[in-house]
Amino acid sequence: MLDQSKFDKITSDLLKPIRINHSFMVWMGFLGVSLIVCLYAYSVQLDKGMVVTGLRDYVSWGMYISNFVFFVATSLIGMLISAVLGLSGEKWASPLARIAEIIALAFAAVAGLVIISDMGRPERLINVFLYGRIQSPILWDVTVVTFYVLISALFLYVPLIPDLKICYDKMNQLPAYKRNIYKVLSLNWIGSPEQIKIIKQSTRILAILIIPVALAIHTVTSWLFASTTRVGWDSSIFGPYFVTGAFVSGSAAVIIAMFFYRNNFKLQDYITEKHFDKMGKLLVLVSLIYLYFTLNEYMVPGYKMKKFDAMHIHALFTGTHALLFWSVQIFGLVLPIVLLLFKKMRKPLPMLVVALFVICGAWLKRYIIVIPTQEHPFLPIQNVPMNFKIYTPSLTESLISLAPIILVLIIITILSKVVPIIPVHETIEHLEETK
Amino acid sequence: MSEKEENPKNKSRREFIQQVGIVGVGSVLAGSAILAGINYDKKKSTGARIKVLTAENELLEIDRNDATKVGKSKAENLTALQKEGREGIPGKRWVMVVDLSKCKNARKCMSACQGAHQLRPEQHHINVLKMQESKNTPPFYMAKPCQHCDNPPCVAVCPVDATFKRPDGIVLIDNERCIGCRFCIAACPYSARVFNWAEPLLAEEDKDKTYNVELNVPQRKGTVSKCLFSADRLREGKMPYCVSACPNGVYYFGDENEDAVTNGTTKETVRFSKLLEENAGYRLMPELGTKTRVYYLPAKNRTAPFQDKDKLEAEEHLDINNS
Repeated sequence: MLDQSKFDKITSDLLKPIRINHSFMVWMGFLGVSLIVCLYAYSVQLDKGMVVTGLRDYVSWGMYISNFVFFVATSLIGMLISAVLGLSGEKWASPLARIAEIIALAFAAVAGLVIISDMGRPERLINVFLYGRIQSPILWDVTVVTFYVLISALFLYVPLIPDLKICYDKMNQLPAYKRNIYKVLSLNWIGSPEQIKIIKQSTRILAILIIPVALAIHTVTSWLFASTTRVGWDSSIFGPYFVTGAFVSGSAAVIIAMFFYRNNFKLQDYITEKHFDKMGKLLVLVSLIYLYFTLNEYMVPGYKMKKFDAMHIHALFTGTHALLFWSVQIFGLVLPIVLLLFKKMRKPLPMLVVALFVICGAWLKRYIIVIPTQEHPFLPIQNVPMNFKIYTPSLTESLISLAPIILVLIIITILSKVVPIIPVHETIEHLEETK
Repeated sequence: MSEKEENPKNKSRREFIQQVGIVGVGSVLAGSAILAGINYDKKKSTGARIKVLTAENELLEIDRNDATKVGKSKAENLTALQKEGREGIPGKRWVMVVDLSKCKNARKCMSACQGAHQLRPEQHHINVLKMQESKNTPPFYMAKPCQHCDNPPCVAVCPVDATFKRPDGIVLIDNERCIGCRFCIAACPYSARVFNWAEPLLAEEDKDKTYNVELNVPQRKGTVSKCLFSADRLREGKMPYCVSACPNGVYYFGDENEDAVTNGTTKETVRFSKLLEENAGYRLMPELGTKTRVYYLPAKNRTAPFQDKDKLEAEEHLDINNS
């Protein structure tokens, strides 16, 4: 048996962040005010119509849709870290599982809201259920995203049950009603062998179940584009291309979250340099796969230069979007791969910087996938004003696009203030096993 | 004694009230009878006998004034129009032929269409494009309406069945159902669709108008719109707005089942198959498998030259390898 005081230290270390302090209030106040500004922007769009955006008849999908793709993409990391690494016995990843699951849940839940901001008639959302056509990829997307949000919520909740009991037991300073919430949510957990068995089994089932669903959500999202005949979207590798891209942005999101939790929650003993090192290697791996798909995606049509492919590739390589395209490829993909090959770079602070570049690159990459294609339809764009030909996002649109990012931060902040961000029960269990 | 004295007094008062009552009620009755008589007379004097067919298929003759028009509520009218709009016109397979050799870029088709469908100047159900395929091939004007594909990519992706293909070949949009996701715009290879980004031009005037799915009027903010082959005109037995408006005989319109198309300007009716055969008719981007219902006749022996001022714009879309 391990020393009881060691257990107590772990428990108190991991439960310590669960309190409302001054910086939490300031941070939430900031997020809240920003969100209100963004919601005001959305109310303007509801009132005036989508004319307040930079979208027009030719580029009719813009920032909202690229934002949506980014959100769905980032949410996939829950599946990679908690399920794939968990099932393959990579024990180092288990302290990161909850962080990954919180990110997954927040991004997936908000993705559904992002898509509503793109609707010309949001009040008719109900029509999707009343008149839904199963032939439309949108129906597939609605179905799998909803399913993924539910499974992610369960996948977060089930392993959390023992920790909720620990919260109830140890957090005596909390008001009674708050402690009771923990008690109710812990579903009479007493840690009996039978209960442990049930939790282990259901976690395993969820881990297996979440893999195909996660693959499905991003594959289906890619099919929103690949199901059209448009140049740049009409690609048979879009499914796997999107999925690998998703792991890149998701890994970056987890690294950023790890850095902030480690410093702000004083978790240096639990999120160690070893974790950063491993995550750095993981980011290199997924980025290499993504680079491979990117090469395929552009080199194959670029070699042949069919009429319309040529237009698209010219716009990306040397034309109007060249600066963005090359910045994304170099700063968001190639340089991070090269830098993270060095052990010195796989330390917390350099990793944070690299991850910030990667995640910005990942967002812009979605922009590059969504917009340029529509600026080059098969038939010329004529007899319309100049702003129909080149898409420039408006301020209102940018603010509305910011809202989901703020919302995700709010959800992640609140979740990490009510549950231990590192699994307490598992950490202790793990220590006992290795002893 | 006092009682006896009072009684006759009372009696007479009662009688008086009774009498007044009878006279009063009587005169009211008489008055209303006279009024009814006058009214009846009025009806009779202007009324005519009409024939009505009952639901049981019985032909009856009744006075015009006895018949009241069965009014439908706005919602019932809307539902009826939507139902009719989805069923299409039985037995027809509408088809359009655009003769590019005759187009002089008069753009009367565009303005007639925009007027009928209450579109903004930048919204085109039909758009006359300045085209050039490659450096050494000549530029030409090409009117481009919705191609009313038999394998429509827009209909395939619509999540709510707001855009649909009718048995008579027309692809329509029900803007009372459209959720404004614009997936159809993304899917259409012909850029045929427009969106109501802002409140439509006549939103205020048309507030109480019943929506006609075959005209797509009133236009609705936040919904998609596009060429309807003027389904409302076809129902009246007329040619589409653009076809009738063309001064240069560019458009032929008709029924594929009858193998006949009529020129909107000259009103000349010709065999559809023969017209295509003799003039090497073709369709736009057949490689996409969309099976369009708009056919083109090539711009050979043009009736008017391509204008110099339009050349630069035509070149803009040139093949990069060819330019």
